[in-house]
Amino acid sequence: MSTTETQQRVGFFTDTSVCIGCKACEVACKEWNLVPEDGLLWTGESYDNTSELGANTWRHVAFIEQEAPLRIDGDHAELAGDALRWLMSSDVCKHCTHAACLDVCPTGALFRTEFGTVVVQEDVCNGCGYCVPACPFGVIDRRELPAPDRSGPFAGQPDGRVWKCTLCYDRLKGGHEPACAKACPTQSIQFGPLDELRERAAARVEKLRDEGWNGARLYGERPDDGVGGFGAFFLLLDEPEVYGLPPDPVVTTRDLPGMWRTAALAAGALVAGVVAACVGGAR
Amino acid sequence: MSHDGSSYYGRPILKEPVWKPEVPCYFFTGGLAGASSVLSLAARLTGNERLAKTSLYVGLAAEVASPALLISDLGRPERFLNMLRVLKPTSPMSVGSWVLVASGGATTTAAACELLGVAPRLKAAAELASAVAGAPLAVYTATLVSNTAVPVWHEGRRELPFVFAAASAASAGAAATLLLSPRDAAPARRLAAAGALVAEAVAAGMRRRLGLVGEVYDRGPAARFDRLAKTASLSGAVLLARGREQRVAAVAGAALVLGGGLARRFSVFRAGFQSARDPRYTVEPQRARLEAASAG
Repeated sequence: MSTTETQQRVGFFTDTSVCIGCKACEVACKEWNLVPEDGLLWTGESYDNTSELGANTWRHVAFIEQEAPLRIDGDHAELAGDALRWLMSSDVCKHCTHAACLDVCPTGALFRTEFGTVVVQEDVCNGCGYCVPACPFGVIDRRELPAPDRSGPFAGQPDGRVWKCTLCYDRLKGGHEPACAKACPTQSIQFGPLDELRERAAARVEKLRDEGWNGARLYGERPDDGVGGFGAFFLLLDEPEVYGLPPDPVVTTRDLPGMWRTAALAAGALVAGVVAACVGGAR
Repeated sequence: MSHDGSSYYGRPILKEPVWKPEVPCYFFTGGLAGASSVLSLAARLTGNERLAKTSLYVGLAAEVASPALLISDLGRPERFLNMLRVLKPTSPMSVGSWVLVASGGATTTAAACELLGVAPRLKAAAELASAVAGAPLAVYTATLVSNTAVPVWHEGRRELPFVFAAASAASAGAAATLLLSPRDAAPARRLAAAGALVAEAVAAGMRRRLGLVGEVYDRGPAARFDRLAKTASLSGAVLLARGREQRVAAVAGAALVLGGGLARRFSVFRAGFQSARDPRYTVEPQRARLEAASAG
Protein backbone atom coordinates (compact mmCIF):
# COMPACT_ATOMS: atom_id res chain seq x y z
CA MET A 1 0.00 0.00 0.00
CA SER A 2 2.83 2.37 0.73
CA THR A 3 4.46 4.27 -2.07
CA THR A 4 7.84 5.85 -1.64
CA GLU A 5 7.88 9.47 -0.57
CA THR A 6 9.34 10.64 -3.85
CA GLN A 7 6.51 9.50 -6.17
CA GLN A 8 2.80 10.16 -6.29
CA ARG A 9 0.51 7.21 -6.89
CA VAL A 10 -0.58 7.28 -10.52
CA GLY A 11 -3.24 5.41 -12.44
CA PHE A 12 -5.90 5.47 -15.13
CA PHE A 13 -9.34 6.97 -15.30
CA THR A 14 -11.08 5.27 -18.23
CA ASP A 15 -14.11 7.34 -19.24
CA THR A 16 -16.12 4.93 -21.37
CA SER A 17 -18.66 7.60 -22.35
CA VAL A 18 -16.16 8.93 -24.92
CA CYS A 19 -14.68 5.59 -26.03
CA ILE A 20 -15.16 5.11 -29.78
CA GLY A 21 -13.95 1.50 -29.90
CA CYS A 22 -10.95 2.25 -32.13
CA LYS A 23 -8.69 -0.18 -30.23
CA ALA A 24 -5.71 2.12 -30.54
CA CYS A 25 -5.03 1.27 -26.87
CA GLU A 26 -4.93 -2.47 -27.61
CA VAL A 27 -2.53 -1.95 -30.49
CA ALA A 28 -0.29 0.57 -28.73
CA CYS A 29 -0.03 -1.73 -25.70
CA LYS A 30 0.90 -4.75 -27.81
CA GLU A 31 3.47 -2.79 -29.79
CA TRP A 32 5.14 -1.03 -26.90
CA ASN A 33 5.26 -4.01 -24.56
CA LEU A 34 6.05 -6.66 -27.22
CA VAL A 35 2.97 -8.61 -26.18
CA PRO A 36 2.88 -11.59 -28.57
CA GLU A 37 0.16 -12.36 -31.06
CA ASP A 38 -2.00 -15.21 -29.75
CA GLY A 39 -4.25 -16.07 -32.65
CA LEU A 40 -7.43 -14.66 -34.16
CA LEU A 41 -10.86 -16.12 -33.55
CA TRP A 42 -14.17 -14.88 -34.86
CA THR A 43 -16.50 -14.64 -31.89
CA GLY A 44 -19.63 -13.04 -33.31
CA GLU A 45 -19.63 -10.75 -30.29
CA SER A 46 -20.09 -7.31 -31.87
CA TYR A 47 -16.67 -5.88 -32.84
CA ASP A 48 -14.85 -7.82 -30.15
CA ASN A 49 -12.60 -10.68 -31.22
CA THR A 50 -10.17 -10.02 -28.37
CA SER A 51 -12.69 -11.26 -25.77
CA GLU A 52 -10.85 -10.81 -22.49
CA LEU A 53 -7.76 -9.62 -20.68
CA GLY A 54 -5.04 -12.23 -20.26
CA ALA A 55 -1.34 -12.97 -20.49
CA ASN A 56 -1.27 -11.68 -24.09
CA THR A 57 -3.90 -8.93 -23.85
CA TRP A 58 -3.32 -6.09 -21.40
CA ARG A 59 -5.92 -3.69 -22.82
CA HIS A 60 -9.25 -5.08 -24.03
CA VAL A 61 -12.03 -3.07 -25.61
CA ALA A 62 -15.49 -4.48 -24.85
CA PHE A 63 -18.40 -3.86 -27.25
CA ILE A 64 -22.00 -4.15 -26.05
CA GLU A 65 -24.99 -3.61 -28.31
CA GLN A 66 -28.11 -2.71 -26.37
CA GLU A 67 -31.65 -1.72 -27.19
CA ALA A 68 -31.54 1.08 -24.68
CA PRO A 69 -31.62 4.86 -24.92
CA LEU A 70 -28.39 6.78 -24.45
CA ARG A 71 -30.25 9.44 -22.46
CA ILE A 72 -33.04 9.37 -19.94
CA ASP A 73 -35.58 12.15 -19.72
CA GLY A 74 -36.32 12.37 -16.00
CA ASP A 75 -37.44 8.89 -14.92
CA HIS A 76 -38.66 8.24 -18.43
CA ALA A 77 -36.76 6.36 -21.10
CA GLU A 78 -38.17 6.09 -24.58
CA LEU A 79 -36.95 4.04 -27.50
CA ALA A 80 -37.38 6.32 -30.47
CA GLY A 81 -36.46 5.06 -33.93
CA ASP A 82 -33.08 3.38 -34.08
CA ALA A 83 -32.53 3.02 -30.34
CA LEU A 84 -29.36 0.97 -30.41
CA ARG A 85 -26.89 1.99 -27.75
CA TRP A 86 -23.36 0.81 -28.45
CA LEU A 87 -21.28 0.67 -25.29
CA MET A 88 -17.51 0.48 -25.60
CA SER A 89 -15.05 0.21 -22.76
CA SER A 90 -11.31 -0.33 -22.63
CA ASP A 91 -10.55 -2.68 -19.74
CA VAL A 92 -7.17 -3.00 -18.04
CA CYS A 93 -5.50 -4.30 -14.85
CA LYS A 94 -6.98 -2.39 -11.91
CA HIS A 95 -3.66 -2.02 -10.00
CA CYS A 96 -5.63 -2.56 -6.78
CA THR A 97 -4.72 -0.80 -3.53
CA HIS A 98 -5.01 -4.22 -1.87
CA ALA A 99 -3.87 -6.52 -4.67
CA ALA A 100 -4.64 -10.22 -4.23
CA CYS A 101 -2.14 -11.25 -6.92
CA LEU A 102 0.64 -9.50 -5.05
CA ASP A 103 -0.47 -10.82 -1.64
CA VAL A 104 -0.54 -14.49 -2.69
CA CYS A 105 2.61 -14.49 -4.87
CA PRO A 106 4.98 -16.89 -3.04
CA THR A 107 8.19 -15.77 -4.75
CA GLY A 108 7.90 -12.00 -4.43
CA ALA A 109 7.85 -11.76 -8.24
CA LEU A 110 4.82 -9.46 -7.99
CA PHE A 111 5.66 -6.20 -6.28
CA ARG A 112 4.40 -2.67 -5.78
CA THR A 113 6.39 -0.04 -7.60
CA GLU A 114 7.29 3.45 -6.44
CA PHE A 115 4.33 4.66 -8.54
CA GLY A 116 1.85 2.55 -6.54
CA THR A 117 1.35 0.14 -9.44
CA VAL A 118 1.54 -3.68 -9.36
CA VAL A 119 4.14 -5.32 -11.61
CA VAL A 120 5.45 -8.87 -12.25
CA GLN A 121 9.24 -9.38 -12.28
CA GLU A 122 9.56 -11.86 -15.12
CA ASP A 123 13.05 -12.92 -14.05
CA VAL A 124 11.64 -14.10 -10.70
CA CYS A 125 8.21 -15.60 -11.57
CA ASN A 126 8.33 -19.41 -11.51
CA GLY A 127 4.86 -19.91 -12.96
CA CYS A 128 3.20 -21.33 -9.83
CA GLY A 129 -0.10 -19.85 -11.03
CA TYR A 130 -1.41 -18.80 -7.61
CA CYS A 131 -2.15 -15.21 -8.72
CA VAL A 132 -4.39 -16.43 -11.56
CA PRO A 133 -7.44 -17.54 -9.50
CA ALA A 134 -6.64 -14.98 -6.78
CA CYS A 135 -7.40 -11.96 -9.00
CA PRO A 136 -11.08 -10.98 -8.53
CA PHE A 137 -11.13 -9.50 -12.07
CA GLY A 138 -9.57 -12.40 -14.01
CA VAL A 139 -6.81 -10.13 -15.30
CA ILE A 140 -3.55 -12.01 -14.79
CA ASP A 141 -2.86 -15.29 -16.59
CA ARG A 142 -0.07 -17.67 -17.48
CA ARG A 143 1.43 -17.41 -20.99
CA GLU A 144 1.26 -20.75 -22.76
CA LEU A 145 2.87 -19.60 -26.04
CA PRO A 146 6.35 -21.00 -26.77
CA ALA A 147 9.13 -18.89 -25.30
CA PRO A 148 12.09 -18.23 -27.57
CA ASP A 149 14.34 -17.58 -24.56
CA ARG A 150 13.98 -21.08 -23.13
CA SER A 151 16.83 -23.49 -23.84
CA GLY A 152 18.28 -26.82 -22.76
CA PRO A 153 15.71 -29.37 -21.59
CA PHE A 154 13.02 -26.66 -21.71
CA ALA A 155 13.60 -25.54 -25.32
CA GLY A 156 10.31 -25.18 -27.19
CA GLN A 157 8.32 -25.37 -23.94
CA PRO A 158 5.64 -22.78 -23.15
CA ASP A 159 6.67 -19.52 -21.53
CA GLY A 160 5.02 -20.65 -18.29
CA ARG A 161 5.16 -17.31 -16.48
CA VAL A 162 2.32 -14.90 -15.67
CA TRP A 163 1.93 -11.59 -17.47
CA LYS A 164 -0.26 -8.54 -17.15
CA CYS A 165 -0.35 -4.74 -17.56
CA THR A 166 2.69 -3.04 -15.98
CA LEU A 167 1.11 0.42 -16.38
CA CYS A 168 4.12 0.84 -18.70
CA TYR A 169 6.61 0.79 -15.82
CA ASP A 170 9.46 1.50 -18.24
CA ARG A 171 7.70 4.56 -19.69
CA LEU A 172 6.82 5.87 -16.20
CA LYS A 173 10.50 5.56 -15.24
CA GLY A 174 11.32 7.73 -18.24
CA GLY A 175 8.68 10.31 -17.37
CA HIS A 176 6.24 9.28 -20.11
CA GLU A 177 2.59 8.35 -19.88
CA PRO A 178 1.57 4.73 -20.63
CA ALA A 179 1.30 3.76 -24.30
CA CYS A 180 -2.49 3.19 -24.24
CA ALA A 181 -3.25 6.61 -22.76
CA LYS A 182 -0.84 8.25 -25.19
CA ALA A 183 -2.52 6.59 -28.16
CA CYS A 184 -6.14 7.19 -27.09
CA PRO A 185 -7.59 9.76 -29.55
CA THR A 186 -10.59 10.79 -27.41
CA GLN A 187 -9.00 10.96 -23.95
CA SER A 188 -11.20 8.09 -22.87
CA ILE A 189 -8.05 6.75 -21.19
CA GLN A 190 -6.68 9.40 -18.87
CA PHE A 191 -3.42 8.96 -17.00
CA GLY A 192 -2.28 10.95 -14.00
CA PRO A 193 -1.97 11.18 -10.21
CA LEU A 194 -4.83 9.16 -8.74
CA ASP A 195 -6.12 11.99 -6.54
CA GLU A 196 -6.48 14.31 -9.52
CA LEU A 197 -8.16 11.60 -11.60
CA ARG A 198 -10.72 10.97 -8.85
CA GLU A 199 -11.62 14.65 -8.71
CA ARG A 200 -11.89 14.86 -12.48
CA ALA A 201 -14.06 11.71 -12.58
CA ALA A 202 -16.43 13.02 -9.90
CA ALA A 203 -16.99 16.19 -11.92
CA ARG A 204 -17.44 14.24 -15.14
CA VAL A 205 -20.06 11.82 -13.79
CA GLU A 206 -21.92 14.77 -12.24
CA LYS A 207 -22.02 16.45 -15.64
CA LEU A 208 -23.24 13.32 -17.42
CA ARG A 209 -26.00 12.85 -14.84
CA ASP A 210 -27.10 16.46 -15.27
CA GLU A 211 -27.24 15.90 -19.02
CA GLY A 212 -29.46 12.86 -18.47
CA TRP A 213 -27.10 10.09 -19.65
CA ASN A 214 -28.54 6.63 -19.01
CA GLY A 215 -26.71 4.70 -16.29
CA ALA A 216 -23.60 6.86 -15.83
CA ARG A 217 -21.65 5.76 -12.75
CA LEU A 218 -18.12 5.49 -11.46
CA TYR A 219 -16.64 2.05 -10.80
CA GLY A 220 -13.65 1.44 -8.55
CA GLU A 221 -13.06 5.07 -7.47
CA ARG A 222 -13.90 4.56 -3.77
CA PRO A 223 -10.94 3.92 -1.44
CA ASP A 224 -13.28 2.04 0.95
CA ASP A 225 -14.32 -0.72 -1.47
CA GLY A 226 -13.29 -4.40 -1.21
CA VAL A 227 -9.89 -3.85 -2.81
CA GLY A 228 -9.20 -0.44 -1.24
CA GLY A 229 -9.95 1.38 -4.49
CA PHE A 230 -8.63 0.73 -7.99
CA GLY A 231 -5.48 2.34 -9.32
CA ALA A 232 -7.28 2.13 -12.68
CA PHE A 233 -10.97 3.00 -12.34
CA PHE A 234 -13.82 3.62 -14.76
CA LEU A 235 -16.83 5.64 -15.72
CA LEU A 236 -19.39 3.10 -16.96
CA LEU A 237 -22.86 3.47 -18.53
CA ASP A 238 -24.36 0.26 -17.13
CA GLU A 239 -23.82 -2.29 -14.36
CA PRO A 240 -20.22 -3.56 -14.14
CA GLU A 241 -21.23 -7.17 -14.94
CA VAL A 242 -22.55 -6.01 -18.34
CA TYR A 243 -18.92 -5.19 -19.18
CA GLY A 244 -17.65 -8.46 -17.67
CA LEU A 245 -16.57 -6.79 -14.42
CA PRO A 246 -17.45 -8.00 -10.90
CA PRO A 247 -19.99 -5.74 -9.13
CA ASP A 248 -18.37 -5.94 -5.68
CA PRO A 249 -14.82 -7.34 -5.85
CA VAL A 250 -13.09 -8.17 -2.56
CA VAL A 251 -9.41 -8.99 -2.08
CA THR A 252 -9.35 -12.60 -0.86
CA THR A 253 -6.65 -11.91 1.74
CA ARG A 254 -9.09 -9.68 3.65
CA ASP A 255 -10.45 -12.96 5.07
CA LEU A 256 -7.05 -14.62 5.49
CA PRO A 257 -6.59 -14.01 9.26
CA GLY A 258 -9.83 -15.91 9.85
CA MET A 259 -8.72 -18.63 7.44
CA TRP A 260 -5.44 -19.09 9.33
CA ARG A 261 -7.41 -19.41 12.58
CA THR A 262 -9.64 -22.07 11.00
CA ALA A 263 -6.56 -23.89 9.72
CA ALA A 264 -5.04 -23.85 13.22
CA LEU A 265 -8.25 -25.30 14.66
CA ALA A 266 -8.34 -28.00 11.99
CA ALA A 267 -4.67 -28.87 12.61
CA GLY A 268 -5.44 -29.12 16.34
CA ALA A 269 -8.43 -31.35 15.61
CA LEU A 270 -6.20 -33.58 13.47
CA VAL A 271 -3.74 -34.04 16.34
CA ALA A 272 -6.57 -34.66 18.82
CA GLY A 273 -8.14 -37.24 16.52
CA VAL A 274 -4.88 -39.11 16.02
CA VAL A 275 -4.14 -39.13 19.75
CA ALA A 276 -7.65 -40.36 20.51
CA ALA A 277 -7.24 -43.21 18.02
CA CYS A 278 -3.91 -44.22 19.58
CA VAL A 279 -4.88 -44.10 23.26
CA GLY A 280 -7.82 -46.34 22.45
CA GLY A 281 -5.43 -49.27 22.70
CA ALA A 282 -5.10 -52.43 20.65
CA ARG A 283 -8.72 -53.32 20.15
CA MET B 1 -25.37 -11.13 -30.97
CA SER B 2 -27.73 -9.83 -28.36
CA HIS B 3 -26.88 -9.38 -24.77
CA ASP B 4 -28.39 -11.20 -21.79
CA GLY B 5 -27.72 -8.23 -19.52
CA SER B 6 -26.06 -9.97 -16.60
CA SER B 7 -22.72 -10.93 -18.11
CA TYR B 8 -20.44 -10.12 -21.02
CA TYR B 9 -21.57 -12.69 -23.62
CA GLY B 10 -21.68 -15.30 -20.84
CA ARG B 11 -17.91 -15.09 -20.46
CA PRO B 12 -16.31 -15.86 -17.10
CA ILE B 13 -15.24 -12.93 -14.94
CA LEU B 14 -12.51 -14.94 -13.20
CA LYS B 15 -9.70 -16.89 -14.80
CA GLU B 16 -9.82 -20.63 -14.24
CA PRO B 17 -6.85 -21.94 -12.26
CA VAL B 18 -3.95 -23.14 -14.41
CA TRP B 19 -3.05 -25.98 -12.03
CA LYS B 20 -2.72 -29.52 -13.36
CA PRO B 21 -3.79 -32.83 -11.73
CA GLU B 22 -0.44 -32.91 -9.92
CA VAL B 23 -1.91 -30.35 -7.53
CA PRO B 24 -4.81 -32.41 -6.10
CA CYS B 25 -2.42 -35.38 -6.04
CA TYR B 26 -0.15 -33.24 -3.86
CA PHE B 27 -3.10 -32.29 -1.62
CA PHE B 28 -3.35 -36.05 -1.07
CA THR B 29 0.35 -36.86 -0.62
CA GLY B 30 0.95 -33.78 1.54
CA GLY B 31 -2.00 -34.75 3.71
CA LEU B 32 -0.80 -38.34 3.91
CA ALA B 33 2.72 -37.22 4.82
CA GLY B 34 1.62 -34.74 7.46
CA ALA B 35 -0.91 -36.97 9.19
CA SER B 36 1.44 -39.99 9.05
CA SER B 37 4.07 -37.98 10.96
CA VAL B 38 1.53 -37.15 13.66
CA LEU B 39 0.34 -40.77 13.77
CA SER B 40 3.91 -42.06 13.99
CA LEU B 41 4.72 -39.92 17.01
CA ALA B 42 1.41 -40.66 18.74
CA ALA B 43 1.99 -44.40 18.20
CA ARG B 44 5.54 -44.09 19.55
CA LEU B 45 4.30 -42.36 22.69
CA THR B 46 1.58 -44.97 23.26
CA GLY B 47 4.02 -47.85 22.84
CA ASN B 48 2.94 -49.14 19.43
CA GLU B 49 6.42 -49.38 17.87
CA ARG B 50 5.38 -51.22 14.72
CA LEU B 51 2.75 -48.61 13.88
CA ALA B 52 5.22 -45.82 14.68
CA LYS B 53 7.80 -47.25 12.30
CA THR B 54 5.34 -47.99 9.50
CA SER B 55 3.82 -44.52 9.59
CA LEU B 56 7.26 -42.95 9.64
CA TYR B 57 8.16 -44.74 6.40
CA VAL B 58 4.77 -43.94 4.83
CA GLY B 59 5.39 -40.32 5.73
CA LEU B 60 8.83 -40.44 4.15
CA ALA B 61 7.48 -41.85 0.89
CA ALA B 62 4.76 -39.20 0.73
CA GLU B 63 7.26 -36.45 1.58
CA VAL B 64 9.49 -37.53 -1.29
CA ALA B 65 6.61 -37.58 -3.78
CA SER B 66 5.23 -34.18 -2.73
CA PRO B 67 7.89 -31.74 -4.00
CA ALA B 68 8.21 -33.73 -7.22
CA LEU B 69 4.49 -33.20 -7.90
CA LEU B 70 4.72 -29.50 -7.05
CA ILE B 71 7.80 -28.82 -9.17
CA SER B 72 6.25 -30.63 -12.12
CA ASP B 73 3.24 -28.31 -11.94
CA LEU B 74 5.30 -25.10 -12.18
CA GLY B 75 5.38 -23.12 -15.41
CA ARG B 76 9.14 -22.75 -14.83
CA PRO B 77 10.19 -25.85 -12.86
CA GLU B 78 13.85 -24.83 -13.03
CA ARG B 79 12.96 -21.90 -10.77
CA PHE B 80 11.45 -24.01 -7.98
CA LEU B 81 13.97 -22.64 -5.47
CA ASN B 82 12.36 -19.20 -5.87
CA MET B 83 9.65 -20.62 -3.57
CA LEU B 84 12.16 -20.14 -0.75
CA ARG B 85 13.19 -16.66 -1.81
CA VAL B 86 10.82 -15.02 0.70
CA LEU B 87 8.43 -16.00 3.51
CA LYS B 88 5.05 -14.29 3.16
CA PRO B 89 2.24 -14.86 5.68
CA THR B 90 -0.23 -13.43 3.11
CA SER B 91 0.58 -16.34 0.81
CA PRO B 92 -0.40 -19.81 2.07
CA MET B 93 1.71 -21.20 -0.79
CA SER B 94 4.78 -19.45 0.58
CA VAL B 95 4.09 -20.57 4.16
CA GLY B 96 3.32 -24.08 2.91
CA SER B 97 6.57 -24.29 0.95
CA TRP B 98 8.53 -23.63 4.15
CA VAL B 99 6.37 -26.09 6.12
CA LEU B 100 7.02 -28.75 3.46
CA VAL B 101 10.77 -28.13 3.62
CA ALA B 102 10.78 -28.33 7.43
CA SER B 103 8.56 -31.39 7.50
CA GLY B 104 10.50 -33.13 4.71
CA GLY B 105 13.82 -32.51 6.43
CA ALA B 106 12.57 -33.71 9.80
CA THR B 107 10.84 -36.81 8.46
CA THR B 108 13.83 -37.79 6.35
CA THR B 109 16.17 -37.38 9.34
CA ALA B 110 13.90 -39.43 11.60
CA ALA B 111 13.44 -42.17 9.02
CA ALA B 112 17.19 -42.36 8.35
CA CYS B 113 17.92 -42.71 12.09
CA GLU B 114 15.24 -45.38 12.37
CA LEU B 115 16.55 -47.31 9.37
CA LEU B 116 20.18 -47.19 10.50
CA GLY B 117 19.31 -47.63 14.16
CA VAL B 118 21.50 -44.71 15.20
CA ALA B 119 21.23 -41.40 17.11
CA PRO B 120 18.09 -42.06 19.19
CA ARG B 121 18.02 -38.52 20.56
CA LEU B 122 18.28 -36.95 17.13
CA LYS B 123 15.56 -39.34 15.99
CA ALA B 124 13.25 -38.30 18.83
CA ALA B 125 13.83 -34.60 18.11
CA ALA B 126 13.28 -35.12 14.38
CA GLU B 127 10.09 -37.09 15.01
CA LEU B 128 8.76 -34.31 17.20
CA ALA B 129 9.62 -31.69 14.55
CA SER B 130 8.07 -33.85 11.85
CA ALA B 131 4.81 -34.17 13.80
CA VAL B 132 4.73 -30.45 14.65
CA ALA B 133 5.13 -29.57 10.95
CA GLY B 134 2.89 -32.45 9.91
CA ALA B 135 -0.43 -31.10 11.16
CA PRO B 136 -0.15 -27.78 9.27
CA LEU B 137 1.18 -29.64 6.22
CA ALA B 138 -2.02 -31.71 6.10
CA VAL B 139 -4.26 -28.66 6.40
CA TYR B 140 -2.68 -25.63 4.71
CA THR B 141 -3.62 -26.68 1.18
CA ALA B 142 -7.26 -26.06 2.08
CA THR B 143 -6.33 -22.54 3.18
CA LEU B 144 -4.37 -22.14 -0.05
CA VAL B 145 -7.38 -22.77 -2.30
CA SER B 146 -9.74 -20.85 0.00
CA ASN B 147 -7.47 -17.83 -0.33
CA THR B 148 -8.53 -17.16 -3.94
CA ALA B 149 -11.41 -15.33 -5.64
CA VAL B 150 -12.93 -18.67 -6.74
CA PRO B 151 -16.39 -18.58 -5.13
CA VAL B 152 -16.77 -22.26 -4.17
CA TRP B 153 -13.28 -22.32 -2.61
CA HIS B 154 -13.40 -18.94 -0.88
CA GLU B 155 -16.93 -19.42 0.48
CA GLY B 156 -15.99 -22.92 1.66
CA ARG B 157 -13.19 -21.55 3.82
CA ARG B 158 -14.82 -22.55 7.12
CA GLU B 159 -15.16 -26.23 6.24
CA LEU B 160 -12.37 -27.03 3.77
CA PRO B 161 -9.53 -27.21 6.38
CA PHE B 162 -11.57 -29.73 8.39
CA VAL B 163 -12.35 -31.77 5.26
CA PHE B 164 -8.64 -31.89 4.41
CA ALA B 165 -7.57 -32.59 8.02
CA ALA B 166 -10.01 -35.48 8.40
CA ALA B 167 -9.24 -36.92 4.97
CA SER B 168 -5.50 -36.71 5.74
CA ALA B 169 -5.95 -38.54 9.04
CA ALA B 170 -8.00 -41.17 7.23
CA SER B 171 -5.28 -41.63 4.58
CA ALA B 172 -2.56 -42.01 7.22
CA GLY B 173 -4.61 -44.60 9.09
CA ALA B 174 -5.49 -46.46 5.89
CA ALA B 175 -1.91 -46.57 4.61
CA ALA B 176 -0.69 -48.02 7.92
CA THR B 177 -3.56 -50.54 7.94
CA LEU B 178 -2.52 -51.78 4.49
CA LEU B 179 1.04 -52.44 5.64
CA LEU B 180 0.55 -53.77 9.18
CA SER B 181 -0.77 -56.99 10.66
CA PRO B 182 -4.31 -56.52 12.01
CA ARG B 183 -3.00 -56.98 15.58
CA ASP B 184 -0.89 -53.79 15.43
CA ALA B 185 -3.24 -51.77 13.24
CA ALA B 186 -6.17 -51.14 15.59
CA PRO B 187 -5.50 -47.38 16.08
CA ALA B 188 -4.82 -46.99 12.36
CA ARG B 189 -8.10 -48.72 11.46
CA ARG B 190 -10.05 -46.52 13.86
CA LEU B 191 -8.38 -43.40 12.50
CA ALA B 192 -9.05 -44.42 8.89
CA ALA B 193 -12.73 -45.16 9.45
CA ALA B 194 -13.48 -42.15 11.65
CA GLY B 195 -11.46 -39.76 9.46
CA ALA B 196 -13.24 -40.90 6.31
CA LEU B 197 -16.67 -40.46 7.90
CA VAL B 198 -15.86 -37.03 9.33
CA ALA B 199 -14.36 -35.78 6.03
CA GLU B 200 -17.45 -36.81 4.06
CA ALA B 201 -19.87 -35.46 6.68
CA VAL B 202 -18.15 -32.05 6.73
CA ALA B 203 -17.98 -31.97 2.91
CA ALA B 204 -21.71 -32.72 2.70
CA GLY B 205 -22.45 -29.99 5.26
CA MET B 206 -20.34 -27.55 3.28
CA ARG B 207 -22.23 -28.35 0.09
CA ARG B 208 -25.55 -27.60 1.84
CA ARG B 209 -24.37 -24.36 3.46
CA LEU B 210 -22.93 -23.00 0.21
CA GLY B 211 -26.30 -22.85 -1.54
CA LEU B 212 -25.97 -21.40 -5.07
CA VAL B 213 -22.18 -21.53 -5.31
CA GLY B 214 -22.23 -25.12 -3.98
CA GLU B 215 -24.21 -26.22 -7.08
CA VAL B 216 -20.97 -27.11 -8.84
CA TYR B 217 -20.64 -30.15 -6.56
CA ASP B 218 -23.80 -31.50 -8.23
CA ARG B 219 -22.44 -31.04 -11.75
CA GLY B 220 -19.72 -32.31 -14.06
CA PRO B 221 -16.44 -33.78 -12.86
CA ALA B 222 -16.82 -32.29 -9.35
CA ALA B 223 -20.03 -34.28 -8.90
CA ARG B 224 -18.52 -37.50 -10.27
CA PHE B 225 -15.54 -37.25 -7.93
CA ASP B 226 -17.91 -36.28 -5.10
CA ARG B 227 -19.95 -39.46 -5.57
CA LEU B 228 -16.78 -41.53 -5.87
CA ALA B 229 -15.37 -40.02 -2.68
CA LYS B 230 -18.60 -40.65 -0.74
CA THR B 231 -19.05 -44.21 -1.96
CA ALA B 232 -15.42 -45.25 -1.45
CA SER B 233 -15.05 -43.56 1.94
CA LEU B 234 -18.28 -44.88 3.43
CA SER B 235 -17.89 -48.44 2.16
CA GLY B 236 -14.23 -48.36 3.23
CA ALA B 237 -15.24 -47.33 6.76
CA VAL B 238 -17.78 -50.15 6.93
CA LEU B 239 -15.22 -52.73 5.81
CA LEU B 240 -12.62 -51.41 8.27
CA ALA B 241 -15.05 -52.03 11.14
CA ARG B 242 -14.61 -55.75 10.38
CA GLY B 243 -10.88 -55.42 9.83
CA ARG B 244 -9.77 -56.94 13.14
CA GLU B 245 -11.16 -60.35 12.29
CA GLN B 246 -10.73 -60.29 8.52
CA ARG B 247 -7.46 -59.19 6.96
CA VAL B 248 -9.12 -59.00 3.53
CA ALA B 249 -11.78 -56.60 4.80
CA ALA B 250 -9.07 -54.43 6.39
CA VAL B 251 -7.02 -54.25 3.19
CA ALA B 252 -10.02 -53.58 0.98
CA GLY B 253 -11.40 -50.99 3.40
CA ALA B 254 -8.04 -49.22 3.66
CA ALA B 255 -7.65 -49.12 -0.12
CA LEU B 256 -11.16 -47.66 -0.48
CA VAL B 257 -10.47 -45.00 2.15
CA LEU B 258 -7.25 -43.99 0.37
CA GLY B 259 -9.10 -43.79 -2.94
CA GLY B 260 -11.90 -41.81 -1.31
CA GLY B 261 -9.44 -39.28 0.08
CA LEU B 262 -7.86 -38.79 -3.34
CA ALA B 263 -11.29 -38.48 -5.00
CA ARG B 264 -12.35 -35.89 -2.39
CA ARG B 265 -9.35 -33.72 -3.27
CA PHE B 266 -10.14 -34.03 -7.00
CA SER B 267 -13.79 -33.12 -6.35
CA VAL B 268 -12.81 -29.94 -4.49
CA PHE B 269 -10.20 -29.17 -7.17
CA ARG B 270 -12.54 -29.56 -10.14
CA ALA B 271 -15.33 -27.68 -8.33
CA GLY B 272 -13.05 -24.63 -8.27
CA PHE B 273 -12.61 -24.70 -12.05
CA GLN B 274 -16.36 -25.05 -12.62
CA SER B 275 -17.04 -22.26 -10.14
CA ALA B 276 -14.62 -19.86 -11.87
CA ARG B 277 -16.03 -20.65 -15.32
CA ASP B 278 -19.65 -19.53 -14.70
CA PRO B 279 -20.02 -15.76 -14.17
CA ARG B 280 -23.26 -16.32 -12.20
CA TYR B 281 -21.32 -17.67 -9.24
CA THR B 282 -19.19 -14.52 -9.21
CA VAL B 283 -21.91 -11.95 -9.90
CA GLU B 284 -24.96 -13.19 -7.96
CA PRO B 285 -23.40 -13.41 -4.46
CA GLN B 286 -21.76 -10.01 -4.99
CA ARG B 287 -25.06 -8.49 -6.14
CA ALA B 288 -26.80 -9.99 -3.08
CA ARG B 289 -24.08 -8.52 -0.84
CA LEU B 290 -24.52 -5.06 -2.38
CA GLU B 291 -28.30 -5.23 -2.02
CA ALA B 292 -28.02 -6.35 1.60
CA ALA B 293 -25.61 -3.49 2.30
CA SER B 294 -27.86 -0.87 0.70
CA ALA B 295 -30.94 -2.29 2.48
CA GLY B 296 -29.19 -2.45 5.86
